Amino acid sequence: MAAVLALLLLLALPAVAAGAAAETVVPGLSQSRVAITTNFDGSEILIFGAIRRDAPPPAGPPPDVVVTVEGPSFPVTVWRKSRRFGIWMNTGAVRVTEAPAFYAVATTGPLETILSATEDLRHSVSIPKAIRAVGTAATEDSPDYLEALIRLRSAANLYQMLEGGVSLTGDALIEASVTLPANLSEGLFTVRILLLREGSVVDSATRTIDVQKVGIERFLFRLAHAEPLAYGVLALVLAIAAGWAASEGFRRLRG
Amino acid sequence: MQIYLPIAEVSVNAFLLLGLGGMVGFLSGMFGVGGGFLITPLLLFIGISPAVAVATGANQVVASSVSGFLAHLRRKTVDIRMGTVLLVAGLAGSLLGIGVFNALRQAGQAGLVVQLSYVLFLGLIGGLMFQESLRALTRARRGAPPRRRIRPWVHGLPLKMKFRTSGLYISVIPPAGIGLLVGFLAAIMGVGGGFIMIPAMIYLLGMPTKVVVGTSLYQIIFVTAFATVMHAVTNQSVDMLLAVMLIAGGVVGAQVGAIVGLRLKAEQLRILLAVMVLAVAGKIAFDLVVRPAEPFSLLDAGGV
Repeated sequence: MAAVLALLLLLALPAVAAGAAAETVVPGLSQSRVAITTNFDGSEILIFGAIRRDAPPPAGPPPDVVVTVEGPSFPVTVWRKSRRFGIWMNTGAVRVTEAPAFYAVATTGPLETILSATEDLRHSVSIPKAIRAVGTAATEDSPDYLEALIRLRSAANLYQMLEGGVSLTGDALIEASVTLPANLSEGLFTVRILLLREGSVVDSATRTIDVQKVGIERFLFRLAHAEPLAYGVLALVLAIAAGWAASEGFRRLRG
Repeated sequence: MQIYLPIAEVSVNAFLLLGLGGMVGFLSGMFGVGGGFLITPLLLFIGISPAVAVATGANQVVASSVSGFLAHLRRKTVDIRMGTVLLVAGLAGSLLGIGVFNALRQAGQAGLVVQLSYVLFLGLIGGLMFQESLRALTRARRGAPPRRRIRPWVHGLPLKMKFRTSGLYISVIPPAGIGLLVGFLAAIMGVGGGFIMIPAMIYLLGMPTKVVVGTSLYQIIFVTAFATVMHAVTNQSVDMLLAVMLIAGGVVGAQVGAIVGLRLKAEQLRILLAVMVLAVAGKIAFDLVVRPAEPFSLLDAGGV
């Protein structure tokens, strides 16, 4: 629901911004869907765009651009181990109600200098804001847990900070590439292009990418969740058939 | 060649999975155990979540036990009656185990309990087996005949039943108790429980060694089959693609292992198995007591 609202808000933004600023963003994507097949080993998404101006560009430095790619959000529980009775066990937990399964930020420069803190908060751009924005149950050490969530997902390439990952050619052409890792969940991914001037967002545009399991992957995943009993029985039949075939095969082989 | 696992939602090298399956199959064929106690920790080690590792491990054990059971059935070394008693109790234990596993997973302790059960049971069984086979080896060297011991209290219990293939007339309570425990462990640890069942049948029930493996496999098939379906229904955590890769490697490995196993002496086999069981227990115990590099972990709501 929050994602839908955010999307509507973002779609409405360019119209508002266009009236105020002379610069708008026209987005484009190399692909609008990603298929997770059996040999899926990650995928590279090319994001490009153009800055359209009704008047000559304002004097001064060129604008900055931030591109974000956000996967579907799910609740996640972060567990912390500590030593009890001489062994390491899960002792504390923080439940994050909504955290994107994938989140990448690509920029033309260091994020802190090109984007002001208030604008970051308003548009939920940086990685901590993207999680925080949707709220957590607050405890005194919950920052540790949120840091751990970002650290673990960054290590798995699920959260990516790509400073300098966007190239801006001739003040007008935007180009960025984001690599989706192999350990990807399916869902609707949102791509945002934000145009910045002096730390503020002057225009933004979004596109979506549909990431779907296909073929046998889709079949098995759907079956496992929609018809768990049939799935379990199928898994059994396969196992029994394999065991029988191996036994028979080797008996014949040995004569 | 990377392969994307639809339920585990990770991409793993296909040859690694075939190799793992083959290696575990080889050992299980050699020793006459399902190999679940090796496959589940190995899956955890390559980054599969505990829920998927346990459920898929159970599925893989079904295949390897069917393969072994058929070989024993042809040699008529299966006590179907004893197996059925163990089985009925085993299913009840398995049902109980799935419920406990789910509750633990909600509480974030599934990983810990799986690890603790491994250390406890593998350590205990491995230690006993090692001690026993060492004694058997020295006895064989001295040329004394092995003694067959039956615990006297087993004979004092009511509900006696005749088990012709095993040549036993004993109460059904001890086998039912063993079946219950093994079924419970099958659900929690993703194992068939052969490593507990086999020593229990020999030392507690006094069954002849030649029918023990076949009978154990007979009951393991049903208990792990039940555990697989229950995990699929309650957790949706059986990864069929992962299971198929492990099984493909495993069934071939098992047959090769069975041939190699025939060339070794029974006592030597038991010592080797004991050492292997103790090594797995030691590795898991080590991981529990040493400060982890990353004290935090994530549990996705997606269930896996």
